[in-house]
Amino acid sequence: MKMELRYFLSLLVLLLPFTLAGCDMFAQEEDEGEDILYVYSWGDYISEEVLEQFEEETGIHVVLDEYDTNESMYPRIAEGAEAYDVLCPSDYMIDRLIGKGLLQPLDFDKLPEARKNIDPDFFLQARAFDWDGKYTVPYCWGTVGIMYNTKLVDEPVESWSILWREKYRDNILMQDSARDAIMIPLKLMGRSMNTTKPEYLMAARDMLVAQKSLVQAYGVDDIRDKLSSGEAALGVIYSGEAIRLMKSNPDLKFQPAPEEGTNVWIDGWVIPKNARHVDNAHKFIDYMCRPDIAAENFRSLGYSTPNTAVRAQVEEELGDMVELAFPPEKVYKNQESYSYLGEELDKLYTKLWLQVKVS
Amino acid sequence: MNERITAQISSHRFLALPFALWAVLFIVLPLFFVLGTGLTNEAGDVTLANLLTVLQSEYLRALGLSVELALASTFICLLLAYPLCLILREKRESRGLLVFLLFLLPLWMNSLLTTMAWQTILEKHGLINMFLSYLGLPAVHLINTPAAIIIGMVYNFLPYMVLPLYVSLSRIDESIVEAARDLGANFWQTLRHVLLPLSLPGIVSGCTMVFIPALTTFVISALLGGNKVLLVGNIIEQEFTAAYDWQLGSALSMVLMVFIILNILLEAFADSGEQRKKGRP
Repeated sequence: MKMELRYFLSLLVLLLPFTLAGCDMFAQEEDEGEDILYVYSWGDYISEEVLEQFEEETGIHVVLDEYDTNESMYPRIAEGAEAYDVLCPSDYMIDRLIGKGLLQPLDFDKLPEARKNIDPDFFLQARAFDWDGKYTVPYCWGTVGIMYNTKLVDEPVESWSILWREKYRDNILMQDSARDAIMIPLKLMGRSMNTTKPEYLMAARDMLVAQKSLVQAYGVDDIRDKLSSGEAALGVIYSGEAIRLMKSNPDLKFQPAPEEGTNVWIDGWVIPKNARHVDNAHKFIDYMCRPDIAAENFRSLGYSTPNTAVRAQVEEELGDMVELAFPPEKVYKNQESYSYLGEELDKLYTKLWLQVKVS
Repeated sequence: MNERITAQISSHRFLALPFALWAVLFIVLPLFFVLGTGLTNEAGDVTLANLLTVLQSEYLRALGLSVELALASTFICLLLAYPLCLILREKRESRGLLVFLLFLLPLWMNSLLTTMAWQTILEKHGLINMFLSYLGLPAVHLINTPAAIIIGMVYNFLPYMVLPLYVSLSRIDESIVEAARDLGANFWQTLRHVLLPLSLPGIVSGCTMVFIPALTTFVISALLGGNKVLLVGNIIEQEFTAAYDWQLGSALSMVLMVFIILNILLEAFADSGEQRKKGRP
């Protein structure tokens, strides 16, 4: 018994410094070196060549982490477990981050390229979620639309209702993201995608439950592969993914804005409050706004860019896909963007989406 | 003799300190974090609300499905592994070892990769259906169904069944089996009255080692279930990431832990029964 007590005590003594000093020790270690930048962005959202060139030009080493939904990014920022220097969330998530005091205002004096090249319309549009225009530099924008395989779909795709047609059983891919999924039945019922009425949301859930047996899979980035390989006929995707997909499989066509209306989204660069390399972060954001870099980035990714200098550079290469890359006004005019609905509705969204998935 | 060894071991007990440290830091302490998070609300007040939420139908349904699929894949693993180990037991020369290694091979590959490979095998235009259509047979719908998840589980966890079964079966004294045959027992009688009871601890620990990872997996169900078939592991993962509700995620983990503890108790019970039998003169 005495022996055991001795072991236990020595164990405690050994443990104590760990638990007390542990956190600080590791935090300090990480901070070493000024020539580093921690970027947290969507998967496949920055061209690798563009990143390499940034490292060469500035000597700043970029550490890139990726997420696949806004919702999975948020906890890591809110917990402050990792101090990132640059983030690229979407509109409503920027709203939420600002509301929680998790972002710091940008120093626009350090962002000459952004001021010069980003379409003022988009800075204006960004005020919908960044009220004072202090936190965001728009990076990419687009709509949520339907990609379809013309070999398997022989009718025009104009309405979201095609996703509920028995004919396409087991051939439909839906987004595995609560807001994008629930937006579709809301629009089909003629409601706003920012509705706060639980009964509308529940009706939307019921439609998704009814649709579930027709759905082949709920996915995020994997939807692209399945459409490209012809594994499914119809898939809900973001417009920016369309160009790359259509190049990979010529049978694919894209409907950027079904007639009931769709979501227009903007992703923007922001700097979190606990960023430790703020100067580098500004350098990076401004670098991404440089015309040559933005064009290069566009070529490898295909997301619509608010950078006015890009269109002239890539117009010829695009040929007939130019309308997809730079959608005409009628595609995005009068469309809704998501606003942040507050924690209570957030929970309801999560719960309803869970109910769809276990049904 | 025995006492001396015991004395020696106890004098070297400090050698266990690194492991004890490891266990406390990375096993016991985190468990208390989970308990603490699961039993409090966001403000830090103690509450049972999270546990009560778990009792709602959607969570129970996912839990039920998880138990069902885990039981099914455990049973299939047992059916596959037992005859194999019986055969391996008979031929203990190098060829048996080769077959044994072949069955352990999946353990050396990244399970994420093997699961993704299964995705391309089971897909609508995957290998199986390509083969079937080549033969002029109708395609089978496997991907994104519970069946696909069971296939993935069996493939990934079969080695955990083979290992303990092989060990316990090959330890059975050959003379006991011979004695049974001498006394006129045929193959089935030997199996039922000699081999099965003697290998019971192996069966129990094999079943535990398959059942627990199968119950808690979320990668296999996400990849082979197309996120359409939601297991309790997937819900826990989503509560911690997408939903950002660590309290609920912890409460769900606690419920899951009850199943795991039950399972381990069962194994301990079987083990102690075995030891009592051996202790008898």
